[in-house]
Order: sequence, then structure tokens, then C-alpha cells
Amino acid sequence: MTTPSHVDVRDLSVTVRRPDGTLLRIVDSVSFSIPRGEVLALIGESGSGKTTIALSLMGYARGGAVISGQIRVGNASLDGVGPASLAAQRGNRITYVAQSAAAAFNPSRRIIDQVIEPALIHRTAAAPAARERAIGLFRALALPTPETIGERYPHELSGGQLQRLMAAMALITKPDVVIFDEPTTALDVTTQVEVLQAFRRVFREEGATGVYVSHDLAVVAQMADHILVLNGGKVREQNSAATLIAEPQDDYTRMLMSAAQPVVQAITPPAPKAATPLLEIDGIFAGYGPIDREGRPANPVLSAVSLSIGKGAALGVIGESGSGKSTVARVVAGLLTPTAGTVSLDGEVLAPTLAERTREQLRRVQIVFQNADVALNPAHSVGEILARPLRFYHGKTGADARRRVNELLDLTRLPSSVIDRRCGELSGGQKQRVNLARALAAEPDIILCDEVTSALDTVVRGAILDLLGDLRRDLGLAYLFISHDIATVKALCDEIVVFYKGTRVEHGTSDAYAAPPYHPYTELLITSVPELRPGWLADYPYQPVAPVANVTQSSDICRFLQRCPRSRQGLCDIAAPPLRTLENGSRILCHLDTSELAH
Amino acid sequence: MSGSASAQRPTWIAPLRLIAARIGAALLTLLLVSMVIFAISGLLPGDAAQEALGQGATAGQIAALRHEMGLDQPGPVRYVRWLGGIVKGDPGTSIVANQPVSKIISERLPNTLRLAALTSMVAVPLAFLIGVFSAIARGRRLDRALNVLTLSMVALPEFLVATLAVLLFAVKLRWLPSIALVPQEPTLGEFLRAYTMPVISLAVIVVAQMARMIRAAIIAELDRPYVEMARLKGVRPGRLIFRHVLPNAIGPIVNAMALSLSYLFGGAIIVETIFSYPGLASLMVNAVTSRDMPLLQACAMIFCATYLLLVLIADTVAILANPQLRKG
Repeated sequence: MTTPSHVDVRDLSVTVRRPDGTLLRIVDSVSFSIPRGEVLALIGESGSGKTTIALSLMGYARGGAVISGQIRVGNASLDGVGPASLAAQRGNRITYVAQSAAAAFNPSRRIIDQVIEPALIHRTAAAPAARERAIGLFRALALPTPETIGERYPHELSGGQLQRLMAAMALITKPDVVIFDEPTTALDVTTQVEVLQAFRRVFREEGATGVYVSHDLAVVAQMADHILVLNGGKVREQNSAATLIAEPQDDYTRMLMSAAQPVVQAITPPAPKAATPLLEIDGIFAGYGPIDREGRPANPVLSAVSLSIGKGAALGVIGESGSGKSTVARVVAGLLTPTAGTVSLDGEVLAPTLAERTREQLRRVQIVFQNADVALNPAHSVGEILARPLRFYHGKTGADARRRVNELLDLTRLPSSVIDRRCGELSGGQKQRVNLARALAAEPDIILCDEVTSALDTVVRGAILDLLGDLRRDLGLAYLFISHDIATVKALCDEIVVFYKGTRVEHGTSDAYAAPPYHPYTELLITSVPELRPGWLADYPYQPVAPVANVTQSSDICRFLQRCPRSRQGLCDIAAPPLRTLENGSRILCHLDTSELAH
Repeated sequence: MSGSASAQRPTWIAPLRLIAARIGAALLTLLLVSMVIFAISGLLPGDAAQEALGQGATAGQIAALRHEMGLDQPGPVRYVRWLGGIVKGDPGTSIVANQPVSKIISERLPNTLRLAALTSMVAVPLAFLIGVFSAIARGRRLDRALNVLTLSMVALPEFLVATLAVLLFAVKLRWLPSIALVPQEPTLGEFLRAYTMPVISLAVIVVAQMARMIRAAIIAELDRPYVEMARLKGVRPGRLIFRHVLPNAIGPIVNAMALSLSYLFGGAIIVETIFSYPGLASLMVNAVTSRDMPLLQACAMIFCATYLLLVLIADTVAILANPQLRKG
């Protein structure tokens, strides 16, 4: 007996009208079906139409796009029905989990009111019953204090918690289909694992049918039964998750899979270290907020951070959000004045603030931010953006500057046609190249890269990493490369530093991070990265560790203690961890030695 | 994961502290403004004693009167004495009318308050409706029509609106009186007839300003992801605006209202003049022309205090509406 599929989509197309009046098909004749209780993943790069398809399942299109084709969910047909019938389905039979729960929750309303709102407006439950179901879901999603967490406002909760609360909101009406739109993309790897585990568990319990949108094949492999690969609004391949990953048929699928594991052509490490490193950071303390009488900021971030980078070397800095890795870059760049410690360039101590540094010092240290959209002036053309540092640092104007701008575009492999365009008209990868070209215009000795590849798709990320590698080889640039993604850092850098809560917990060569032993926190970071095989999540060994009660808030003891699966009572919670050197040359801040950490 | 264990502080402490800081800032501003007012009114050409005695007065008479009025004292002394008087509710004696300034103002202030209140009652709901509807219909025909309307209302000088209203309703149609004189014990009809035209003339400009700022505040919210999320939850437009958008837009909206409403005090001069309405603004202009410094200074202080009060109320509402500020 063949059961009719639960969700059925035939010849779905979505068309937008471009500013010049021509029509553009952003989704082209896509068909799929999902049996009840299964999860279909839509995977592709940005612009592949995956989110557009997911939203059109709710009869919703952004920016006045037009949906055509047949869409059936459960017993309801969604094509060609009016706004009232659509509103009756949305949030009721079909629900949505947005990419950034932090932005998608209303900041001025309590969580619980927002979570039960769909049940109330669609009258699937009365308020007390809905509240009870919400608390049950909070518990199933492993949220802390499920009875009272709903009384809080969004700004009082973390990103991972909000993402799970949003899943509770999506499940409150017992929907026919739940759409997950990149629900873990904005999270740290360690948080991502917890959230994915919670999603999987609750999906099993609820028997829900889902659509999971992601650009990350490894994540999708954990969550989906079927995978649909999209590119440019067209289906490239559609198969069961296990088959697709084991035997990808389409070239594009294979490219996605290889891009998930970035490899940068090996670079011969720079000549043996000169007497003075290019950049040296010594004993930096820094933070935000007003500074008290003893010189401590209200929110201390970095404590006693020391690093050094040789000429042409690449040092990677990894850690979760809030670990202080971006603060390091801000201190080096002079954007944040440290409360103690020094930054020196070629042995010469740099002034703590931008205003006191010489133009030459400014030129030699450039910073590139994560988000090119925000960092580049949207009112200026690419040519103007690049011409400005040329005039400021090198006094180049007119034809001279024009020639150099073209060289910079060549260097970053951008077509010279972009010179008169504004950044808003460029793709994400192109914008990040412009962002890099702007830093290169100064002809710096070192570039501080702050999460420069984090907002990019895997394929684009690979291309930017290649470019960074080539620039380093050709121009002898040094990098301080900050990222939360260990695979990216390993691909590009010679040495890696791991940050946890503003302290350096491990420092070693990239090769040392290939296998244990490492610091327990590094271990957590590395094992949290999803692997490209179904079942990885089910086998994932890590369980959240119950916090050690009544830890004395001494700044000396290990900061990772509360989350450490290897912590030892009577050792870790009493004394400060020593700085020890492991057999592979890595230096770690831990009580345990090589043999204890190796397995 | 922390927070649940954090010590329970009373939840009203954080907002109270913020509001107290705003009040302190407002009082400081008022003090600085009082200095500026006092200094500037001293810079105005002419001399009150000279003005009071006329052209024929001798230098001796003027000096005697100056001494009597305390004008020969050094500036800081006069300032402190004047400020002390203001604080005690006695801003001095009008030089021209020879009456206590407080008495003159107490005759005029209720008129200004009444006109401002009536105009607000008309303008605030109207501006709110226009702002909300044009925000919802952004880019569509209704929005464009409302835009043209509010823009032309902003662009029209109010003396033109008032004059046209007089020409139409008083001269041509003879429905309303051209002078806003309210009899001692007015009936509702008389009251409405007297106030309709001044209120319309004032409301035109205030409504347009407020509506445009409300529209901008709501549109800024409509572009945020939580609005799309609410739509995807099946929230209907009415609930979306009132339950989701307005709580977030209330801060900018009340600030826009405070700015517009403060205009009803000092900015009503043209309307007061055209309709011969005995309000504070025309009193202040008269004080300028007759060099009646105590009266001028008191009027200026009232306008500044009103403005600061309105902004303070707006700030307080904004603080209380924002959970992030409210909870500290």
C-alpha cells in the first residue's frame, strides 16, 4: 500500500520583477514530496533558492515575488488561495524556525507570550493548556528552568536558548510541517551540537515532518532523511541522505562536499624567526565599560594575553563567541585601549589609541571585518572605496590611483567592471574581496582578519581562503586570523591559539591540532564540528556537564572548569592550572598531562 | 544559564535610576537655559528705565529709576535674585503694566493650555491614524496620497492656512467668527465656534509633522525580522501593528509627539495674532517690543520648561516601554 505523501510540491516556480522590469526566475520548476514524519533538507549556497522554496511552502514570498505551481501540505492546498486562508495555515499547520532567533523574537514581549501566540490566534488551545504544552516542549528541548524561562525577555537569553525556544514556538500547534531555516548557522559549534541534539530528540517524540534548510552538508546529514541539492533555483540532485553522501551523482554536490573541508595549498613556513617578531602582544588586559579605581573595566574580556607573529606568518585565533578573540584584533588595531600590556610592531611599542599612532604605523597594520556590508560605505563605488586608502597612505591620486585600483582588483581577482559599482550590487564573496582589497591598498605588513569567512558559503569561503593563501605567498603578508571555525583556521594558519573566556588555553602548530592530546576545551571545539556522515550526531559522546556547585570566583582557577568533562575534583577546583608543554610541542593551560589527555 | 540565581533586586530600581538621571539632566538644562535667557535679554537694545520714562526724561530721573528697579546692580546679583524669584513663583513685576508678572501670566496661561490641549486632542489621534495607515500601505496608493497630503501640510505656512480659513469660514461662508473671543460663560456651541479655526490652523502643521515621524518609526520596525516572523505565525495585520510593532515603536513615537506638541506653546504666535487670541506667545512678543524684561524672561522660562517636561515624559514612556531599559 502506498501512503500518499504528506507534503507535495509540483512545478514550484518563484519569479521576481527586477528594477528594470524584466522577470527573473529565482526558483525554477522544483518538485518534491515528503512522507509523514520525515525530514527533507534543502541544501545549496546563498542564492540557490532554498529559503525561497521553504517560505513558499507557507505561501509567503519576500519582496513581492510571485509563486506558481502546486503546493499541498496535509489536506490543504496553498496555491492560489487568499491571504486569509494563508494566515490560517501559517503558524498553525505549517510553522517556521528562523535563522536568527535573536532577531526573530519580538524584543519587547515575554518569550512565553510569543511561544503560545500561534496556539491562541489559531485557537488550537486555550492559554493554560498552551502554556503547559510550551513548558513540556521547553523541557524536551533541554532548556534550563523550563517552568520560568518563558517569563524572560529575548535579550536575557543566549542565542542557543532562543533557537530552541523558537523551535518550541514552531511545535506548539502540533503542525503538519515545521520549516527550519538555517537554525544553527549563527551559533557556535559547541552550542550547535546541543541545539541539534535537542531538535532531533523533540522531532522523534513529536513525530513531526520537517523541511530543513541549510548550507552545511554535515549538519544536514545529521538531521534529514532526504536531501535535495539546489543551485541557481534548480534541483541538482535529490536522494536519501545516506545515498547522497555516500555516492553523490552530481558534480555540484561533489563540489559542495569538497568545499566543506577547506584545503589551502601548503605554504613553506617563513624563514626562521628573526630576533624580533613582526607583531608582539605582551600581557594585554582589556575589556569594556567604565574603568574602576584599580584599572579594571566593568566587563573584563582579555586577561594576560601574549602572542607573537613573525614576518609572513599566519596565526589563527579560535574560540566561541565571547571568548575575546575579536577583542584581541581591536586592541592590536588601536580601536580599544588596553588597561595593561603593550602591542609592538617590529620591536617598536605602538601607542594604545589610533590617534596617537603615526600614519606609517597605521598603514602597516590593517583590519578586515567579518561583515563587508557594514564595513564598506554603501554610498561609495568600489573605485572610491579603494582610492581613499591610496590617497591617505600613499598620496596617490588621479591616473596613478586609478592604475593601482585596477591592480588591487586584479590581485583580489575581481573583474575591473566592478570599479564603478556600489557594494550593494555585488555578491557576498565579491564584497569580501573588495573588503580585502581595501586593506591591501595600504600595503600592510599584517592584516587582522576578524571572521572574514564566517558569513560566506562554503564554496565562496574556499575561494577566499585560497586568495588569502596566495596573497600571503606573493606579498609576504602576515595574518592574525580570527575565526570560530577550526577547519578554516587549520587550512590557512601555521600556528593556532585557542581562547576561552579571554585567556589563552592552548597554543601550538596547526599540525598539533590534527590529533589528541589537546586542551579539553580544544577537544570540545574539535569534536563539536559535525562530520559528513549520517549518524555522527547519534554517536556524539559529549553530554552537557553539570556545573560544579559553589565554585569560588577566584580568577586563578581554570575558567573552563564548569564545562570540562575531564575535570578532577580536589585538583582543578583548587589550584590554578599550570602552563605545560605537551609532547607535540603545544603549550596548554591545564592540570592534566599528555598521557591523561591522549585518549 | 545564569541569571536565575542572581539576587532578586526590586525591578523598579533600574528604570527609576534612569528616569531620575533624566530629571536631573532636565533640571540642569533648565538652569543653563535660565542663564542664557537672562544673559540674552540683557543684550537686547534699549533700557527699561529709558523706555518707561519716555524721550523727555533727564539722566538723573533715569538713573533714579534704574536704581529703584535694581538695574544698576551687577549682572550675577540680578540673576540670582531673579532666579530665586522664579523658584518661589514670583518672577518680578512687569515694567510696562506695573503688575506682578505672575498675575499677567496666570491670565494668559490657561488660554494657551486650553488651545494646546484642544489641538492635541485633535492632532494626536489624527496623526497616529495617518502615520499607521501610511506605514502599513507603504509604497501603495494610499501611502502616496497621504504623503502628498502631509508634505503639503508641512509646506504650507500657517499664516496662509489661518488666513485662508478666515477667508473661507468667516468671510465667505460666515459660519465662524474671525476672532477667537470666548465669552465669560460660553455655551458648547460658542466654545466650539471660537476654537475651531485656531485649532485647525495649528493642527495642520502639527499633524503633518507627527504623522511623518510616526510613519518613519513604524516602517523602521516593519523591516525587522520579528515582523516577518509574526506574519509567518499567521498574525493578522491589526494584531501585528498593535501587539507586535507598536510596543517597539512607542519610544520614537512619543518623542516625535513631544517635539510637535511643544510647538503648540511657543509656536502658536501667528495663530494667536491672526485670531487675536490672548495666549502666551503673543504676550511674549509684546514683552519683546516693550522691553518688558521680567515678563519676557518668565515667558521664555515657561516655554523651555514645557519643552523639557514633554521630552521628559516621552523619555520616561520610552524607558518603561523597553524591557531592556526597564529591567536594567
